[in-house]
Amino acid sequence: MSKHPKNQAGPGPRSKTHQEGDPNTTGHSWDGIEEFDNPMPRWWLWTFYVCIAWALIYSIAYPAWPMISRATPGLLGASTRADVAAEIQEFSDRNGPIRAKLEAAELTEIASDPELADFANNAGAAVFRTWCAQCHGSGAAGVQASGYPNLLDDDWIWGGDIEAIHTTITHGIRNTTDEDARISDMPRFGVDELLEKPQIDEVVQHVLAISGQEHDAAMATAGAVVFEENCAACHGEAGEGNRDLGAPNLSDAIWLYGGDVAALTHTVVYSRAGAMPNWNTRLSEADIRAVATYVHGLGGGE
Amino acid sequence: MSSPDTEPKSLYQKREPIFPRRVSGAFRNLKWWLMAFTLGVYYITPWIRWDRGPSLPDQAVLIDMANRRFFFFMIEIWPHEFYFVAGLLIMAGLGLFLFTSAAGRVWCGYACPQTVWTDLFILVERWVEGDRNARLRLHRSKWNGEKIRKTAVKWSAWLLIAVATGGAWVFYFTDAPTLAVNLVSGQAHPVAYITILVLTATTFFFGGFFREQICIYACPWPRIQAAMIDEDTLTINYRHWRGEPRGKLQKGEVVADQGDCIDCMACVNVCPMGIDIRDGQQMACITCGLCIDACNDVMDRIGKPRDLIGYMALTDEVAEIAGKEPKSVWKHVFRARTIMYTTLWSAVGIGLVVALFMRSDIDVNVTPVRNPTFVTLSDGAIRNTYDVRLLNKLGQDEVFHLSLTADAPMRISLEGTQELSVTVKANEQKTQRVYIVAEPGSAAATADRTDLRLWIEQNGSTNRVYHDTIFNGKGK
Repeated sequence: MSKHPKNQAGPGPRSKTHQEGDPNTTGHSWDGIEEFDNPMPRWWLWTFYVCIAWALIYSIAYPAWPMISRATPGLLGASTRADVAAEIQEFSDRNGPIRAKLEAAELTEIASDPELADFANNAGAAVFRTWCAQCHGSGAAGVQASGYPNLLDDDWIWGGDIEAIHTTITHGIRNTTDEDARISDMPRFGVDELLEKPQIDEVVQHVLAISGQEHDAAMATAGAVVFEENCAACHGEAGEGNRDLGAPNLSDAIWLYGGDVAALTHTVVYSRAGAMPNWNTRLSEADIRAVATYVHGLGGGE
Repeated sequence: MSSPDTEPKSLYQKREPIFPRRVSGAFRNLKWWLMAFTLGVYYITPWIRWDRGPSLPDQAVLIDMANRRFFFFMIEIWPHEFYFVAGLLIMAGLGLFLFTSAAGRVWCGYACPQTVWTDLFILVERWVEGDRNARLRLHRSKWNGEKIRKTAVKWSAWLLIAVATGGAWVFYFTDAPTLAVNLVSGQAHPVAYITILVLTATTFFFGGFFREQICIYACPWPRIQAAMIDEDTLTINYRHWRGEPRGKLQKGEVVADQGDCIDCMACVNVCPMGIDIRDGQQMACITCGLCIDACNDVMDRIGKPRDLIGYMALTDEVAEIAGKEPKSVWKHVFRARTIMYTTLWSAVGIGLVVALFMRSDIDVNVTPVRNPTFVTLSDGAIRNTYDVRLLNKLGQDEVFHLSLTADAPMRISLEGTQELSVTVKANEQKTQRVYIVAEPGSAAATADRTDLRLWIEQNGSTNRVYHDTIFNGKGK
């Protein structure tokens, strides 16, 4: 390229090793390296002009110039927010038929339809992450011993079949916003002086005994009587619980609020009353059915 | 130089059009054959059929983006095996290093698509408009009927080639015969048409108008090659010690101090890059060898020895000027550097082939669910959950049976089914949730962690694979 006839050296700077036909240099020398001052190709210039023209057209057609409260909207009315809304709409339209199918299906039939189950599980996982994970955790393990139930295990206070789970999600537990909310109300045996302190200690030892933990046998025997008179009506004679009343099983290895002496004593003295919102006012029936299917499929479903 | 510029020099310059003259000779023939071969491979490959059974495509070479599969004759690559493609790219890179260090820019001169298509476009140009002098005349003439007609014919032919080029590209990505019918009947996906349109435009402009400017201004490869060419690399050079001082051949006159170069400009006129090789090796030279053919032809006619322009290395230049024998071609090609590149290239190649034959037709990935690490069940048993991804690379639906082996006893069960087997559709994958339970107080339940091995057996076959993972217990 150095031999371009129009590009021979003029009066400007020349290389130290200048030969006839060489162009001028830029005049700089970096460690002895010099650079010929060759002109740019003409098409490059035209590409540059085209880019400028394109930028002008683009900034008129599309949102571009920042103003005080927002940018210029552009003549084409392009909006990425509207695009996202349209895209969401497109997909929810596409999901329309299968959502309708989910709403119409028998709850117990959902799992046996692979396409429906697949949709329900995926949609339910999304609903769970958005609405349920705050209390029950992103892995649905709850917060053990703090009153947020673990949904992965096989212990259910209000029932673990798909219909019971669906009812719990729909109406919630101990809320004041849904008449059909599941309600159970354990007396505050200590605070309301229904039991004496020694009686409470004894019944706690009894509960330790029926759940297979280390206990004081003499106290537990005494506690059995206290249990029979005060607790068995709801929790059952063997402490097996009663799902109709929402009375937890006290004989298994799972504790919503902890199963040691301190936690059990606290439960008997003060009672416990966790609450869960009713979701029928916030989620669609299809979403509730989806998340019920998802929870049912986490490993503990009955 | 006689009149230094009095007006300021322009910062931009127009492209000087190049009208390469027709040439014949060994290198030109080699280039014709290579052009036929490379274009043939490009256009024909998507039409080769390869039977893979009923549920797999029967196209020999297919990049199936939608289903995330890459088919190459008997080889099928899934996304998680993309390292094969990475390996091939590394081999391509090392191959270019090898060829460049041995024989300079052979890729640029003979095999690069830009060179091949430009060559084809120049061929069309010559058919329509005639050889160099006729084209020069036509270029300088005013726009008249003949010029318009010839230009229209030339551009139409270019456009046809360009459409065929863009058209062939899309056939690599979906079933070629189906797409061909859809393209013609207007039913193909817009992406296919847009791709063809873009590639048609680039082929038309790069081959018809941009030509050598791609190599000079746009392509990074010529810059990289400068770092790979050394003094032993074979490259095209002009034997100035033999040719200079150049001078016109005078009939019947013998000028005593004249070199072999008769300044006939044959080497310049045939050059597709528009350079003068007699200025020495230079950035714009793609080493296509056409100047060698042109000069040899002239040397034969004036009765001078051939190879005034020829392949040689920089060390040969020094040796020849000193009157010594140049190194043989083999000594330039086989030396430590090229042997090292060949070794690396082969090592990667052998590694890929070995990996290819060690692949199993079924594959399993096990992800232990860590949120939470374990679940206590009501009877005190400890349960771990695993997401098991099963890959069925076979051509039909297969039933896979899951089992486990471990030092401590544990039970395995699957979500959503009482069975211990899963059906995975042909050429697909399926994620199955698997539960493993350790009885209350058992060794695995009370240990922090227990090693276990999950086995996947293909029903009715000896095909089986395993995956090692761990079971998290409650700890002491």
